[in-house]
Amino acid sequence: MTTDEKITPSQNGLSSIIKQTFDLVLIPFLAVVTALIIGGFIIVVTDAAVYTAFGEGGIGGGLAAIWTSVSVAYGSMFSGSLGSARDISESLVASTPYIFAGLAVAVGFRGGMFNIGVEGQLLLAVMASVYVGSNFSLPWIIHLPLTILAGMVAGAAWAALAGYLKAKTGAHEVINTIMMNYIVYLFSDWALNGFLCRTPCSSPVSPPVLESAFLPQFFYRLHFGFFLALIVAFAVWWLLFKTTIGFEIRTVGTNPNAARYGGIQTTKVMVLTMAISGALAGLAGASELLGVNRVLAAGFSSGYGFDAIALALLGRSHPLGVVLAALLFGTLRSGATRMQSLANIPTDIISIIQALVIVFIAAPAIIRWIYRIKAKGAEEGGGVMVQGWGS
Amino acid sequence: MPPVLELRGITKQFPGVLANDNVNLTLEKGEVHALLGENGAGKTTLMNILYGLYKPTKGEIYINGKRAEISGPTDAIRQGIGMVHQHFMLIPVLTVTENVMLGEESIHNGIFLDRKVAAKRIEEISKKYRLEVDPHAYVRDLPVGIQQRVEIIKVLYRQATILILDEPTAVLTPQEVDELFNIMKLLTSQGVSIIFITHKLKEILAVSDRISVIRRGQTVGTAKPTESTEQSLAELMVGRPVELVVQKKKAQPTQPVLLVKNLVIKNDRDRIAVEDVSFEISGGEVLGVAGVQGNGQTELVEAITGLRHAESGSIKIDGQESANKTPRQITEIGVSHVPEDRQRDGLVLSFPIKDNFILNTYYNTFANGIIIDEKKVNETAIKWVEKFDVRTPSIETPAGSLSGGNQQKVIVAREFSRPLKLLIASQPTRGVDVGSIEYIHARIIQKRDEGAAILVVSTELDEVRALSDRIAVMFDGKIVAIVPADQVTKEQLGLLMAGVPKEEVLGVFPQGKTKKGEKL
Repeated sequence: MTTDEKITPSQNGLSSIIKQTFDLVLIPFLAVVTALIIGGFIIVVTDAAVYTAFGEGGIGGGLAAIWTSVSVAYGSMFSGSLGSARDISESLVASTPYIFAGLAVAVGFRGGMFNIGVEGQLLLAVMASVYVGSNFSLPWIIHLPLTILAGMVAGAAWAALAGYLKAKTGAHEVINTIMMNYIVYLFSDWALNGFLCRTPCSSPVSPPVLESAFLPQFFYRLHFGFFLALIVAFAVWWLLFKTTIGFEIRTVGTNPNAARYGGIQTTKVMVLTMAISGALAGLAGASELLGVNRVLAAGFSSGYGFDAIALALLGRSHPLGVVLAALLFGTLRSGATRMQSLANIPTDIISIIQALVIVFIAAPAIIRWIYRIKAKGAEEGGGVMVQGWGS
Repeated sequence: MPPVLELRGITKQFPGVLANDNVNLTLEKGEVHALLGENGAGKTTLMNILYGLYKPTKGEIYINGKRAEISGPTDAIRQGIGMVHQHFMLIPVLTVTENVMLGEESIHNGIFLDRKVAAKRIEEISKKYRLEVDPHAYVRDLPVGIQQRVEIIKVLYRQATILILDEPTAVLTPQEVDELFNIMKLLTSQGVSIIFITHKLKEILAVSDRISVIRRGQTVGTAKPTESTEQSLAELMVGRPVELVVQKKKAQPTQPVLLVKNLVIKNDRDRIAVEDVSFEISGGEVLGVAGVQGNGQTELVEAITGLRHAESGSIKIDGQESANKTPRQITEIGVSHVPEDRQRDGLVLSFPIKDNFILNTYYNTFANGIIIDEKKVNETAIKWVEKFDVRTPSIETPAGSLSGGNQQKVIVAREFSRPLKLLIASQPTRGVDVGSIEYIHARIIQKRDEGAAILVVSTELDEVRALSDRIAVMFDGKIVAIVPADQVTKEQLGLLMAGVPKEEVLGVFPQGKTKKGEKL
């Protein structure tokens, strides 16, 4: 650079914002498309009818069978998730816990903490919520918030413990949260056979939540938890990008040395980040409990806490991205059931597609290679996701 | 005889940027050809083209008179081109031999590494070019200067005859620099040709046979060191007359602002890094700390700024006891800190410039309660970018995509815009181009004249001498001497930095005048 080229600093114009958004969305979008295409291959390869058609109908018949196989599978999946008002409502119901859980992991990522313990925090939160929700008889205006709050506090406390261990002893949060998951799993087994079991205790199921703590359903099974999720997503965005707390979280998450230099108490922020993450995990559990299940039984969560990692990655740890990713995953999940019944394809195919999405997001070089997209600078992608071990 | 290497009309067009514009360069056998240019002038792009990392938009490369197609580093190595990067590409937990043979392993019995054969060849190379190094030492145990030798050996091991040295002196002590220059002379005397990339003018004059200056992607001149001066080269490089000497009036010290007494600090390995250090700085004066890297300067600065625990002793800033206060408390007293490693401590590289501007004042100056005042942030950012001449397309640009000089200006803007009583500037111009050095130095002196106390820590003796009113020399964790800047020569400082007792070095001074801690 030289003196004569004077560039006037200005804020970015609209066009460059659109371009930035496009760049941000391109890889996740292509990752999903690619995963669906490969998923299609797997459907074809595992479909006996295709082999028979190749044997009997030759190339033409075989290709036709391939088309039928894939189109029936994906057709039934999408009609099953978006085909009717009820289907759409089911998709949104399935998306709700994904939004909360995805936000939980995303906040962790932003703060440099890899919270693998969302599953455990969620389950502990459900236990707290079911306890408050079934044991106290209160007017709903008090009972519902109190029950939700119980879940949030339980999740936050459990996650904050992992954050505290990291801040004080350097114990890596990945190890801590994984281990703490097992503590919760076993604790819940024990509790469901003991103090949390309904009376008389014949099977490990909790007493039902009282109606005063319900999140009301209003559109088939769609409940107010969905709107709560959207509001919370907005609140998380506001917190992360508009407040000093968010500035601290993002600074610690991106460059803890600079954070310390800037006077931020990094240990405090680590604990806070985990607490917020855990509270969001707790919301995922509480809304699912109070809006859908209304009772806690074994197998309450179908791995929301782990799918949430994929969601946060897919959504680039941005609340809006997480919401979109959660809607996508919710749609896939609820369509998968229909696909299983109509096309006789196991719902596991969805897990494969989800796994492929994670692979492509985690290794964007693959996507760039497939679609010949030029790599940009090293700073691409919103900075560091998580710090390495021992950092 | 054709030149060993010839670049003809190399042009490289990036989207929106013409990084190289019709660059011509010839390298004769056995010469050191210096490539001089500011950060971002296009030196690195050119070398990356030569090394096969980029494809030129236009232009040809000839090696020994023959047209060469270089499509990747492997190609470049095969054609005898070797590159020593500024940041070493060594694996600390492997030995020298293992590092050198990596990618070109000698093998016996099919699958076993033959370290003996490799070690023998390394010893041969060591002997031939006097690159002394123990082939069996682990790289992590070696000082930076020796690690660089390993890098050079690595390249020679692959039979390179054309050596590209990218800013090789940036990490070296003055002594190591001298050693490197001796090695370079020996290499060229044995027929190796060297392209030497730097922006340090003294070094160029000391070691090169020919100089090409690049500005804005174009070769703007070729010069011979015998016919050039630092001043003429700087002008060629920057494109305008440059002040190489800091213009400053005599200091007008007021009352003491920083008082350090018997300070003891431990380093990360729990060893004593700073031992019983005492000194003071008054408002309106600059105290420079000279010393070879790793003699306690880093720890000293970290303790004063609250980033490191002080074991014992006292640090008084503006009358307040500040030892072991938090960085924020110390900032709030009125201390500004330009950190030694700007990318590690001073900036969040992926954050936009405007967010880096508020790194340590986001919570008070730029917030109402917990809400960040974005309007104020934006307005201030636009103002500072103008005022501090940060060359950036926008305030939204991530700090990481600026050049080193402009990154440093972002930090300077942030740290100099607060009301400040004490300024601590650590390596304020490391890796910064000449134009920015001039600018940053002028700003530091301006702060001094406004009455701030200033502590400058630098491994560049010239910088310490240019800025300081008094110079403290650190060796092995102690301040071995504090002397007035205008009463000490560069050679004397060099000896003090190397640990020669001050009585021997400063014998020329009247007795008592240089007593430790005494103000002059």
